[in-house]
Amino acid sequence: MTPAAADPILKSSHLLGIESLSVEEIGALLDLADSYVLLNRGATKKTDLLKGRTLINLFFEASTRTQASFELAGKRLGADVMNMSVKTSSVSKGETLIDTASTLNAMRPDILVVRHQDSGAAELLAAKLDCCVVNAGDGSHEHPTQALLDALTIRRRRGSFEGLIVAICGDVAHSRVARSNIHLLLKMGARVRLVAPRTLLPADADRFGAEIFHDMKEGLAGADIVMMLRLQLERMAGAFVPSTREYFRFYGLDHDKLKAAKPGALVMHPGPMNRGVEIDSAVADDIEISLIQEQVEMGVAIRMAVLDALSRGLSREGRNTP
Amino acid sequence: MTRRIAFRNARLVDPANGIDVKGGLLVENGRIADVGPRLFNDAEPNNPEVIDAKGLVLAPGLIDCRVFTGEPGSEYRETLASASEAALAGGITTIVTMPNTDPIIDEPSLVDFILRRAAGTAKVRVAPMAALTKGLLGETMTEIGLLKEAGAVAFTDGDRTISNTRVLRRALAYASNFGALIVAHAEDPDLTEGASVTEGEFAMRLGLPGAPSAAEAIVVERDIRLVEMTGARYHFGQISTRAALDAIAAAKERGLPVTCGVSAHHLALNELDIASYRTFMKVKPPLRSEADRAAMVEGVASGLIDVIVSSHDPQAADTKRQTFAQSAFGAVGLETLLPVALGLVHDGRAHLSHVLKALTATPAKILGLTAGTLAKGAPADLVLIDIDEPFTLREAELRSRAHNTPFAGRRFHGRAAKTFVGGECVFERKK
Repeated sequence: MTPAAADPILKSSHLLGIESLSVEEIGALLDLADSYVLLNRGATKKTDLLKGRTLINLFFEASTRTQASFELAGKRLGADVMNMSVKTSSVSKGETLIDTASTLNAMRPDILVVRHQDSGAAELLAAKLDCCVVNAGDGSHEHPTQALLDALTIRRRRGSFEGLIVAICGDVAHSRVARSNIHLLLKMGARVRLVAPRTLLPADADRFGAEIFHDMKEGLAGADIVMMLRLQLERMAGAFVPSTREYFRFYGLDHDKLKAAKPGALVMHPGPMNRGVEIDSAVADDIEISLIQEQVEMGVAIRMAVLDALSRGLSREGRNTP
Repeated sequence: MTRRIAFRNARLVDPANGIDVKGGLLVENGRIADVGPRLFNDAEPNNPEVIDAKGLVLAPGLIDCRVFTGEPGSEYRETLASASEAALAGGITTIVTMPNTDPIIDEPSLVDFILRRAAGTAKVRVAPMAALTKGLLGETMTEIGLLKEAGAVAFTDGDRTISNTRVLRRALAYASNFGALIVAHAEDPDLTEGASVTEGEFAMRLGLPGAPSAAEAIVVERDIRLVEMTGARYHFGQISTRAALDAIAAAKERGLPVTCGVSAHHLALNELDIASYRTFMKVKPPLRSEADRAAMVEGVASGLIDVIVSSHDPQAADTKRQTFAQSAFGAVGLETLLPVALGLVHDGRAHLSHVLKALTATPAKILGLTAGTLAKGAPADLVLIDIDEPFTLREAELRSRAHNTPFAGRRFHGRAAKTFVGGECVFERKK
């Protein structure tokens, strides 16, 4: 790799969502990530590409794997990484997200990775900060690096997206992972199905260009990839579905329902899993079909690729000019 | 000494009397003394003060039936004085204020406070509404009779819908004793809980929690049943959907005492204006689909929608510079009410007189005010309007203390040139 002479990959200086990315940008990020998979599998995993740069992980929502993944990605690229977890309750009333952002801006980070419980938070920060902003999940809006790592996982297994049938199952209504994946998969030429009870599908879900199913076996019929979504605990007990056991009976992925899918179909889950709710342990732990561990590995590589790509837009003197 | 002002060369538009003619108007001691096409034709008016209108529209000052201010309690957002400045610049001479201040206007002494405070600090006429239930909690009715005596022009729980049908039924039945006007907000509180936009494709793309637009018609239809039972005079402060309009049209057809308003922003904007999480577009009820927006314009044109309101709701940086979900609802609107309404005239959707009627005569009639007309003897609350003046709205030039306008940068045609309250010139636009 010759980062100094590297070509720009992203048009924007932020990664806020998949919806605004082009097919070429996505393809280039995946190509770059492939090279980081190799690096990560080697003995020396570290480069000095981001040496001297500061990356702040700003997490308003608890996250283990995404935050760890970004931290590792930043460190492997040689950046100084600072983690800030801001519990919503500790943000004093009256301090706006923009106030927090201004404070951080004064610390002169080069890249800010942000997760927030509200849709649009990353865009708001990007508009107010001088540094690159990476959306690590905003409300029910987007989670672009998750969709990219899912895409990397799929592409390495299947070669391309063209004509693949991907069934996204579960709480689509509240899922940023689902939205980002729908955008990405449709852009890359896959067929997307959304499989969920009506209470967990957004109104007008069909307008996305995906096919809608309310029955798992019908939705899984002929699918190449089955992507399960996490059902948030607070949504299980009567609010959106009557109980976890009823949900598992009709929408939990077990070997029986999976039989409807194409032979050799692969199973994905963004984690953390609710075993016995949306997925049966027998499926989750079946290394023949479950890509769940592989997704985590691809996560680090894709985040290194994203940080690499964004750093190419950083000026040599310091951070971006406002 | 009798104080006289003579307006010459005006286009007199008085929707209350179906008048739209060139002519003159004479003000004596704060009231309209004479008006007509031939006034001052033969002789120069024998007055110290002559105002040559130069062909501009002279109409009754506007009555804005839905204004939130911050006084008392949130004076940093808006005071009656700052709201007054904004209103007068918008050609509005009467503002009907909402009771959801801090404290809530739910007892007679507080109505009195608003009236005194307005008399002392504001040049615009202030007609306060009082709460329909104590604390706006939707549980116990307020002292409707005493509040009315104190000067409350109508009763409303602001932007809250009373969900307890039994409470609402009794309040309506009781209010009808006094011929009191109820102003309702129609949004099912359970369906809209936590929602900040209208459910649909756009909300889904932004990942924002939405409420179905039917949340409005569900309440409208329920309330119409209660009006039918109680005979109360009922005004839906602002509606935003075709379904609600259809229900109200049917109720009017049946002769029920039901009227409704629409906000300027629901006439001029749709949900797509939210674009990339623009919190100044977060209003209550939320912006709707283009089909619903068009239905609102149609409703004004047909007269099924009775009044146009600003729904002026000042919000400061602390409540608007937030993520969309956390940001407060509301947009300022006193200075854009008339320009937006005139847009309907310029677009050929309705005649000037028809649009002004929804801003003057009809609200006066609904609220029982003597203003809103150019008739002899009426208070000389007047506005001179240059209906063709092009301008671009600049946020920083707004007179409201808060600048949360959804129309920043938008081009309009027509606004107030001069505004008079009780015959006194209280606003004059600098050229």
